[in-house]
Amino acid sequence: MTDLSRIRNFAIIAHIDHGKSTLADRLIQLCGGLSEREMKQQVLDSMDLERERGITIKAQTVRLLYTAKDGIRYTINLIDTPGHVDFSYEVSRSLAACEGALLVVDASQGVEAQTLANVYLALENDLEILPVLNKVDLPAAEPDRIKRQIEEVIGLDASEALEISAKTGVGIEDLLEALVTHFPPPQGEVEKPLRALLVDSWYDVYLGVVTLVRVVDGEIRKGMRIRMMSNGLAHEVDRVGVMTPKGLEVDRLGPGEVGFLTSGIKQVADTNVGDTITDDRNPTTDRLPGFKPSVPVVFCGLFPVDASDFEALREAVGKLALNDSSFHYEMESSAALGFGFRCGFLGLLHLEIIQERLSREYDLDLISTAPSVVYKMWMTNGDYIELHNPVDFPEVTKIDRIEEPWIKATILLPDEYLGPVLALCTERRGEQTELTYVGNRAMVVYKLPLNEVVFDFYDRLKSVSRGYASFDYEIEGYREGDLVKVSILINGDPVDALAMITHRGQADYRGRQICARLKDLIPRQLFKVALQAAIGSKVIARETIGALRKDVTAKCYGGDVTRKRKLLEKQKEGKKRMRQFGKVEIPQSAFLEALKMGDD
Amino acid sequence: MVALYVHWPFCKAKCPYCDFNSHVREVIDHPRWARALAAETRAALAPYADRPDARIESIFLGGGTPSLMAPETVAAVIEAARATLPLAEDCEITLEANPTSVEAARFAGFRAAGVNRVSLGIQSLNDADLRFLGREHDAAEARGAIALAHRHFPRVSFDLIYARPQQTVAAWEGELDEALTLAGDHLSLYQLTLEPGTAFFTRARLGERMTAEEERAADLWLATQARMETAGYAAYEVSNHARPGGESRHNLVYWRSGDYAGVGPGAHGRVTDAGGGWHATYRHRLPETWLKAVEARGDGLAEQVPVSPEERRRELMLMGLRLAEGVPEARLRALTGAGFEALDARRLAALVDEGYVTREAGCLRASEEGRQRLDAVLGYLLD
Repeated sequence: MTDLSRIRNFAIIAHIDHGKSTLADRLIQLCGGLSEREMKQQVLDSMDLERERGITIKAQTVRLLYTAKDGIRYTINLIDTPGHVDFSYEVSRSLAACEGALLVVDASQGVEAQTLANVYLALENDLEILPVLNKVDLPAAEPDRIKRQIEEVIGLDASEALEISAKTGVGIEDLLEALVTHFPPPQGEVEKPLRALLVDSWYDVYLGVVTLVRVVDGEIRKGMRIRMMSNGLAHEVDRVGVMTPKGLEVDRLGPGEVGFLTSGIKQVADTNVGDTITDDRNPTTDRLPGFKPSVPVVFCGLFPVDASDFEALREAVGKLALNDSSFHYEMESSAALGFGFRCGFLGLLHLEIIQERLSREYDLDLISTAPSVVYKMWMTNGDYIELHNPVDFPEVTKIDRIEEPWIKATILLPDEYLGPVLALCTERRGEQTELTYVGNRAMVVYKLPLNEVVFDFYDRLKSVSRGYASFDYEIEGYREGDLVKVSILINGDPVDALAMITHRGQADYRGRQICARLKDLIPRQLFKVALQAAIGSKVIARETIGALRKDVTAKCYGGDVTRKRKLLEKQKEGKKRMRQFGKVEIPQSAFLEALKMGDD
Repeated sequence: MVALYVHWPFCKAKCPYCDFNSHVREVIDHPRWARALAAETRAALAPYADRPDARIESIFLGGGTPSLMAPETVAAVIEAARATLPLAEDCEITLEANPTSVEAARFAGFRAAGVNRVSLGIQSLNDADLRFLGREHDAAEARGAIALAHRHFPRVSFDLIYARPQQTVAAWEGELDEALTLAGDHLSLYQLTLEPGTAFFTRARLGERMTAEEERAADLWLATQARMETAGYAAYEVSNHARPGGESRHNLVYWRSGDYAGVGPGAHGRVTDAGGGWHATYRHRLPETWLKAVEARGDGLAEQVPVSPEERRRELMLMGLRLAEGVPEARLRALTGAGFEALDARRLAALVDEGYVTREAGCLRASEEGRQRLDAVLGYLLD
């Protein structure tokens, strides 16, 4: 067990591409437990997807051993944090395991919205924050300007900010020294009953569920029985260890220490991030603060493009859920898209990541319905419903009122793009609460309905700001809204997959847009196709696709029969992918395309 | 009853829109081809010899360019057929002819061999379009060929190809009017279609407009139907128009799903075996391969595949609905073991509702509206 005074626990807060992973690699290289050979670039981002997108999805951690100028060898734990707003709860729990945080800012790019949000989370967790300007070796670096920006935008004292280049190694020695001198050691008492913070967990094919913990009081030993306080599950500890970043087994973890344990836990869903782990035989009564069960915020349907992939999809979502307790799913059947799953996510990026993993790791060709948020509905008969699928929208006359989630969105951007960004926010029913300038950068804070944001807001924001705006949000609460369900009907039959819940003011526009889109996507056929958008029985938009005028083979004699017949038989095969609406058959691909297309 | 199709696989040049089995050869050994075609004709018809209605209903010499055959070859084939099975009394014997290979002496020879009907590949009556279609004749030669054909044969038909890229309805109507002054009892009017493996198809894929777009194609189609109707040439099939009694009896066998023996390279046949089973026959496509096979073992059969009653139902429907007369339920039942109950009742009702199909007096017919969209109708009905 390590003397508390010789432990430092810290996290790195940084925007994507500002060099968090490179810095972590540099630190591991200087004082970690890996040989050169094992030192793959960017060790911390282990999933391909993470490496490619530069986003850390699952927090990981590494123990560094550093002998400081005072001659003492310190144990420094770098606790990695997920890099996105959707995981802000997970970030806050990772930060709760630390006493300090490095705020890494690109010395030419400056502060971004995401960084800001995480700094606030760190401040809420009472962390010491040390600003670090990275990439000072680049010609475009302007450390003084960025320091000023840190002081003006975030309100942090940047006078002691370090100037480093994680890439070249400049300033890294000073940074290691600063970790020891600037950040306080953890506190805790080994005699008290065990209290350990569950920081993260993941599924390992060899070890089962691996749980990352920060011990606050007491100790975790191999063979002891531990208990999860949120669900009461108790298990015997099989292994205790630290990450170097390779797993290295140790006898015990004491106060202030960070490490992993394995036990008989079968699924990741039984381990809740932020939970307090205690000694089953000598439990604490004093839970660690801040625990929240994970609640999905955004939902969508995921369907295989090829119906025969359904079983493969079932298996894949099951596997993903095994390792991601914040991902929820249940089976769904759609007349337009066949069998699939209704899935719940922490946010849009989480949704995107799951989709990409399904297509990349499981080689599944998927289509997703438009994302939906969770609506709270009070019915005239006194019932209360939480609705996350437009298909389940009740009869209008039975609804008393509907509430929808609102967010507080922070957007940082070069001021030249301010006009279109403000217009976008207004168009999405936003309410401006703040607008400040720092040099030529502007920071706007808006309150926005989440359902306006899940509907391609990111893409629009990116396009109107040419990619320069950075965006972050937090859930603000629920507000009553004038919301309606817009149904899309083909020859009078509703297409479940295209139904959407929208503000009444947007309904006409959305309805017209999707009808026009379908008109382009559905090929002319034997029968006329009527496309309608409707609220209840009131039609708000319509388009008609006329019957095709001519479609007949000119020559068909004895030598052509076989080919013609086989063509028909092939068409019949193709019809398995057609969806029936009254007399007309719509290729499933038309719905897929309608769902894929952006708002353009 | 059986019809006989004989394929002559050679052309002087390959037309850029044609995907038929045709080949260009410098030298053709005509006597050798005559022997081989006659031999396979005998082999193909022999199984019918002991059947109760053993007669040849019609003979059709197609290609390729059969008017490039030596009249002796045509005679040898017809003779071989007659020697194997009796010809029906009014047996229709058609030969396809190309205006460039038309000579009076040759026509006289074909007529003497027994040919009583010619079908000329005129394709257009204006020079610009003939050049576009890659034909080696001009409009004057086309007119001459038609006139010559009328002098030698009791029945003359010719083909025109329309729905060309720049063709207007007015121009086509003018051309049709001239065609009607030249016509015998039959005209085949084909909308130009792009077939994979042809030069036109490739050019279209590379972005060139090779046919009329759908709207104009539909207008041209409607104009054609109206013109021909007025002139007394009923559209008895999608692309075929005839005066009463002028229908191609041979082609009717295909459209009515009757038996036909296919002879020559790449020829398809549909034949009933002694046990009543129906089979598709396919001959070797490459002329040299076919020739060697016939010389080695008496026929050039590449493959014989049983056609199930369900497959035959599909063939019967897809061919039969091309005809104005439609598909009589009795025929469907006799040939496939089941009547209209084998079709999807709901889909059939939808087609009837929409006016694309009529069902009267035990007969299913595609209406004019339906025939114009027949591929889509069939795709929907034969799901």
